[in-house]
Amino acid sequence: MTKQESAARALASGRADAQGLNSENQQKVTNLWQDAIYRLTRNRAAVLGLILIVLLVLMSAFAHVVAPMHFTAGDAALNNAVPLWLTKVMPGHMETYTQISDIYPLGADYLGRDLLSRVIYGTRVSLPVGFVGALTALLIGLIYGSVSGYYGGKVDNIMMRIVDIMYAFPTMLLIILMMAFFKSSFSGAATPGTPAYEFNRINKVVDSLLGLQSGGMLFIFIGIGLTAWMGIARLARGQILSLKEKEFILASHMIGARDGRIIWRHILPNIIGPILVSVTLAIPGYISTEVFLSFIGLGVDPPAPSWGAMISDGAKALRSYPHQVLLPALFLAVTMFAFNFLGDGLRDALDPRMRGTK
Amino acid sequence: MSRFIIRRLIWTIPVILFISIVTFLLVHAVPGGPFDTEKPRPAEIQANLMKHYGLDQPLWKQYTDYMGFTRNPSGDYAGILQWDFGPSITQRSRTVNEIFAAHLPVSATLGVAALLIAVGVGVPLGIIASLKQNSAWDYLSMALAIVGVSVPSIVIGPILILVFALTLGWLPVAGWGSFKHILMPSLALGLSSSAIIARLTRASMLQVIREDYIRTARAKGLSEKVVIVRHALKNAFIPVATVLGPMFAALVTGTFVIEQIFAIPGLGKYFISSITNRDYSVVMGTTLLYALFLVASNLFVDVTYAFLDPRIQFE
Repeated sequence: MTKQESAARALASGRADAQGLNSENQQKVTNLWQDAIYRLTRNRAAVLGLILIVLLVLMSAFAHVVAPMHFTAGDAALNNAVPLWLTKVMPGHMETYTQISDIYPLGADYLGRDLLSRVIYGTRVSLPVGFVGALTALLIGLIYGSVSGYYGGKVDNIMMRIVDIMYAFPTMLLIILMMAFFKSSFSGAATPGTPAYEFNRINKVVDSLLGLQSGGMLFIFIGIGLTAWMGIARLARGQILSLKEKEFILASHMIGARDGRIIWRHILPNIIGPILVSVTLAIPGYISTEVFLSFIGLGVDPPAPSWGAMISDGAKALRSYPHQVLLPALFLAVTMFAFNFLGDGLRDALDPRMRGTK
Repeated sequence: MSRFIIRRLIWTIPVILFISIVTFLLVHAVPGGPFDTEKPRPAEIQANLMKHYGLDQPLWKQYTDYMGFTRNPSGDYAGILQWDFGPSITQRSRTVNEIFAAHLPVSATLGVAALLIAVGVGVPLGIIASLKQNSAWDYLSMALAIVGVSVPSIVIGPILILVFALTLGWLPVAGWGSFKHILMPSLALGLSSSAIIARLTRASMLQVIREDYIRTARAKGLSEKVVIVRHALKNAFIPVATVLGPMFAALVTGTFVIEQIFAIPGLGKYFISSITNRDYSVVMGTTLLYALFLVASNLFVDVTYAFLDPRIQFE
């Protein structure tokens, strides 16, 4: 058995042994996670991904400092304006028809708003969608899967049948339907006191917390959260099913630990590795879902700067102003790369046997 | 085996019922109706229109009529059960069945082409990577795979148009009708799936190739080609086959964006405009059709297991 294999095996069985049962193993526990962190930092792609994610998070937090302008600021007279240097780089004969203006570092969109600033502010849409999507999926999926796997039998049967039914739903269609419902039911709700009004008020608070004037981000969070948890639930259940027969769980039962404590203290630490990996690798999916929704006009409300909406706007003038599509597309691709790199690295670090699989 | 299939078929009934109820409620919960216009109609005409489409009935009755469980106001059983998706509400002259007949083949063609690309690119890439593990080929194909996974079709689509249509002029920018029209959209749609398949094939091949029966096959003097194709690949394909069903379903239902980018008259594009128009019957019908399709493809995958791996038993 190689060192990596033994580490992986220890990951599967050792952690909970150490939780309060055997203090001798306590040393091994920290080593295990340190081992994972060590392997992660040795993985260049994963480190690059992590650095990119940190940079993107900083960019979104300090968008008001980094971006040259506000995402709504613009001069309609300078629509589609392009700086001189860009006309030389881009294919075609942009200089023959476009307005040249050096006010905008990378040009303006069709309403004369700064492209670069809007793309930078766009991280305030995409990153929260990714992180909140992951958190909701984790929270719902983990609780659901743990309960189902731990109690087993009839409960498990019913709970997993529900997941099966959810799986048969065409996810994209369900999200589109939900977004259409949210948008027309709540966005316009004007009577104070009604649930719809209150719901919309929370939505506005979320938007302003994220530094966006409008957006309807809460609706997107809910839409993605409600459709994202099933995979995690299945994974958690499967892990717990195999884990709960282990001796250390029996031992905890025998010393009289309650179910909640056993799940929380002994089972969760053992299954968190694979689940963490799967959530990280799912983040690009959440981000691209929002981009798709905004692309077809059912995502973030304008003028909030979603990359999907920017690609959609730019695609209408692809021949004349290709950079209007390429810039948000580049940011989107880099973000996706970063999360995929990190997810792959995490998987290799936490479970070396799984290298190269999805 | 047949008992397994029958059990699965029975299980689809509650699944479809549940999906139809949720969709029905969601669609009808959206405020505004199909006959809302800028200029209000006289109340009598509005009432007649609602009556004509059965929208004046209580909600549960509308649902059972739609599903074909009860007689509709004209006294017929005409619903999903009779494979009648009803009339389109906003397009007076067409039934939803006619709309499906016109637009679904387009989306399906696109989905099949994308799946062919996904398998045709992904499987060979994965095999090469696994046979020459840790070689330049391996790293190259896995690098390609991570590009494929990371770059969504929404990004690939415009870039393909920019390169192959606008700059090189080889392919038409958008539209539908000829073989040339299919190439770019199916590539944009299938690339990320091919990346997933490549990674899966590689991992699964790496595992299979270390099995004893592969050593046995080599020991009895079979040619390397036979060992790889007949013995290794057949077994390595099982995990790949499991993702093909959901993947094909995802490809067909995931054509919304691609159809929008390439101006393709498929069902996805139609679905989105139906949502804005509140064309209940089209929205309901599309969702149900796709759900049926998803269930069927999952069943198909489960059955193909048995053929690929006789060790798998169905109780």
